[in-house]
Amino acid sequence: MSASIPFSAQLINLFAAVILLLAFAMLAQRRLPQLINLFALQGGALCLATLVAAVTTGQVHLYYSAGLTLALKVLLLPWILHRLVRQLKVKGEVEALINIPTTMLVGIVLVMVAFNVALPISELSHTITRGTLGIALAVVMLAFLMMITRQKAITQVVGFLSMENGLFLAATSATYGMPMVVELGIALDVLVGVIILGVFFFQIRDQFDSLDIRHMEKLKDN
Amino acid sequence: MTNFLPIDFLLTAGCAWLVIGLLGLVAPRNTQLISKMLFPLGALVGVGVGLVALDALGGPAQTAVLAIGLPDLPFHLRLDNLSAVFALLLGFVAAGISIYAAGYFRKGEGTAPGLMCLQYHFFLASMLMVLLADDAYAFMVAWESMALSSFFLVTTDHKHEEIRRAGYLYLLIAHIGAIGILLCFGVMTGGMGGGGGDYSFAGMRAQDLSPFWASAAFLLALAGFGAKAGLVPLHVWLPEAHPAAPSPVSAMMSGVMLKTAIYGLLRVSFDLLHSTLWWWGVVALVIGLATALFGVLYSTVQNDMKRLLAYSSIENIGLITVGIGLTLVFHAYRMEGLAALAMTAVLYHGLAHAGFKSLLFLCTGSVLHATRERSLGKLGGLIHRMPWVAWLALAGVIASAGLPPLSGFVSEWLLLQSFLFSPGLPHPWLNMVVPVAAALVVLVAALAGFAMVKFYGIIFLGQMREPALKDAHDAGPWEKAGLAWLALITLLLGVLPSTVILRIDAATRQLLGTGLADKLNENGWWMLAPISAERASYEPLIVLVTIAAMLLLVRWLVRHLYHGRVRRTTAWDCGYHFEGPRAQDTAEGFSQPIRRIFEPMFRMERHFPTARDVKPYYSVKVEDHFWHWCYLPVARAAGWVSTLIVTLQGGRIAVYLMYSFITLLLLLLVARP
Repeated sequence: MSASIPFSAQLINLFAAVILLLAFAMLAQRRLPQLINLFALQGGALCLATLVAAVTTGQVHLYYSAGLTLALKVLLLPWILHRLVRQLKVKGEVEALINIPTTMLVGIVLVMVAFNVALPISELSHTITRGTLGIALAVVMLAFLMMITRQKAITQVVGFLSMENGLFLAATSATYGMPMVVELGIALDVLVGVIILGVFFFQIRDQFDSLDIRHMEKLKDN
Repeated sequence: MTNFLPIDFLLTAGCAWLVIGLLGLVAPRNTQLISKMLFPLGALVGVGVGLVALDALGGPAQTAVLAIGLPDLPFHLRLDNLSAVFALLLGFVAAGISIYAAGYFRKGEGTAPGLMCLQYHFFLASMLMVLLADDAYAFMVAWESMALSSFFLVTTDHKHEEIRRAGYLYLLIAHIGAIGILLCFGVMTGGMGGGGGDYSFAGMRAQDLSPFWASAAFLLALAGFGAKAGLVPLHVWLPEAHPAAPSPVSAMMSGVMLKTAIYGLLRVSFDLLHSTLWWWGVVALVIGLATALFGVLYSTVQNDMKRLLAYSSIENIGLITVGIGLTLVFHAYRMEGLAALAMTAVLYHGLAHAGFKSLLFLCTGSVLHATRERSLGKLGGLIHRMPWVAWLALAGVIASAGLPPLSGFVSEWLLLQSFLFSPGLPHPWLNMVVPVAAALVVLVAALAGFAMVKFYGIIFLGQMREPALKDAHDAGPWEKAGLAWLALITLLLGVLPSTVILRIDAATRQLLGTGLADKLNENGWWMLAPISAERASYEPLIVLVTIAAMLLLVRWLVRHLYHGRVRRTTAWDCGYHFEGPRAQDTAEGFSQPIRRIFEPMFRMERHFPTARDVKPYYSVKVEDHFWHWCYLPVARAAGWVSTLIVTLQGGRIAVYLMYSFITLLLLLLVARP
């Protein structure tokens, strides 16, 4: 069976699996700087997967996408996040609302759901990368789970960015990427979003002396 | 440079306005530079736009594609006769307002003059873009830029609470209107299957919509453009925003911006949609009449001079919409000659209103600068201190009241002429209803005259109601020049109707396939006989000469046959000279009969003094029914829905994320193929 899958598709599947593994690692990681490093690694794997897809299919705009991913998600955003962590002097520990083993179990269930949901869709697709659609969906869900279960505002941003990675992978695997305009727009959105959130972190810390999002419950009306 | 077409010139002019605006930012506090250099330059560009548009009228349509905007979505531009008529209006009126603004903006008032200059010229450029846009995308971009730049102009004095409120209301309704327009374009691209989706106007023209969807597009356009034009019940922003803005801005919004909405309505209903149904016209006619009647009634009872003019703008927009409705009815029954007559009335009233209403708004600006007072009850007798403003305002007032020989009379006469031919309609109900509408239009015209007499009489005539008014000074040279320019436009539009109609006839011809030119050419340039000279004709020059001759004759008779001496005595004392200025009719008193007759139309709060009052006072506050009928219920419903939603809003981000997560999971599981 595996002989019928071309080598490039196997490579892409490998990278996709690495991305999924990294998503689990991020879910389990307690320390903030390491979490950001894992995010950078995930971006790197995504970049390689896109690059392989680009070489195989010869689509020029996939090269641009890969370059954009490298510049933004591997280099720029992790650097910004590291700087934020240093400047805000956040303690390294990540506190979770639910303990980590339970989170991992929920994550496994989510991966099963994601594969189950993606199966009929990937049969419709004709791209060589179609097998990774389930993985992409699983990455999105795991990132979402991370956003829900963590308390620090920065981990939520990392979760948000990781979710974007999953979406990007989904787009590449289903249709060889989105139109360049959309991709550029999303990249810009993510960048601006992180910068604005960085500003917010300082505001939140000044207000509550902490980045714990539980403090924000006080902001509600009445 | 051999192919420098008018459209290229107009684009250059738009860019020039933008550059002038940006230059204002170089030295934002340098009032001298900005008002004496940049605004006059902007006025020159305005004259250029007007002249080029005049030249382009009657020529073939020109198109251009601008490679800006999103990739693969360039801006399509097109200059045809309809755009040219409105560009003509924009250019010439903007020139007058810019000259006036050169003298109007002073140091240290609200926004820095440089910023003001940027917003103002950006506003001008975006209005030009609206007129040139040839696809839905460019149109919406220009339309929204226009709304935003005018929002910032309205909130120039943002330190006042009520001005911020007016700005917010304006922005809110502008967006409701924009949604209507966007949906209208969406319907016209034929997006519901059938190979639609071309967003350019050319693509929309090619669409063959079913009557249902065409009607939906028309109604959406009427609502969307109506919100911008101030049609009932979406008019509430207008009487708030116009008084809040500085006078040149009010003049620009009332004179030109409202016309861009009329332009949009004409563009959609006559150019982009081609299967007209007769009941569209009836809808426009009814809404237009309601707007006109509402506007004029409220304008008679206002005591703030700018609010009075704002309501009068609502009335004029209503009359224009009545004309559009009538054109639609005639057009639907293929009575193109009469449709052309009504359409000419629409375009002419647009031009006339742009001239005289900007003139009047600018006059209120001069009065405001001279007296720091905008309440009619504290003005009076200003003709002695501000003769220039008073006499130029008289031109605007006469035109606005629809009296010969100025511009307002011509357009209202044309509108009534087209009403007189409605018995020819092949529909029994319309035959009965349309004459009633004509009667109402006449009522509106008469009440408009009343409102204008109140406006002019209370501000400029009689005695000064406050001692401080003695220090009032006349307008400066720039302001006088601007006012005189607009008064000249009003006079020319009034005296040379045939010449003007022959120029703008190209637009009518483009939209309806026929025009009035042949009929007009049968007679000379001095005579306006739209159908036939036997039936009805109007010779403005003869009227003008007669009026002038009568005045001279009366003057001669008084000077030479009567005792010949000039006696100076206090005005309005009715032979009883102990009466002071306080004994004059007040602004409230003047409109009391109207308030009494049309009592159910107003929502009034009155306080009458009683015999036991220690400090007796009288006050009357007139409010808008629509505010209580339409807007407050919506606001209350929104508040009620919000209290329900608050229960969902626990304040924990994790819970919020959980909501979206569960929704996502459920959707994924439900939507499995």
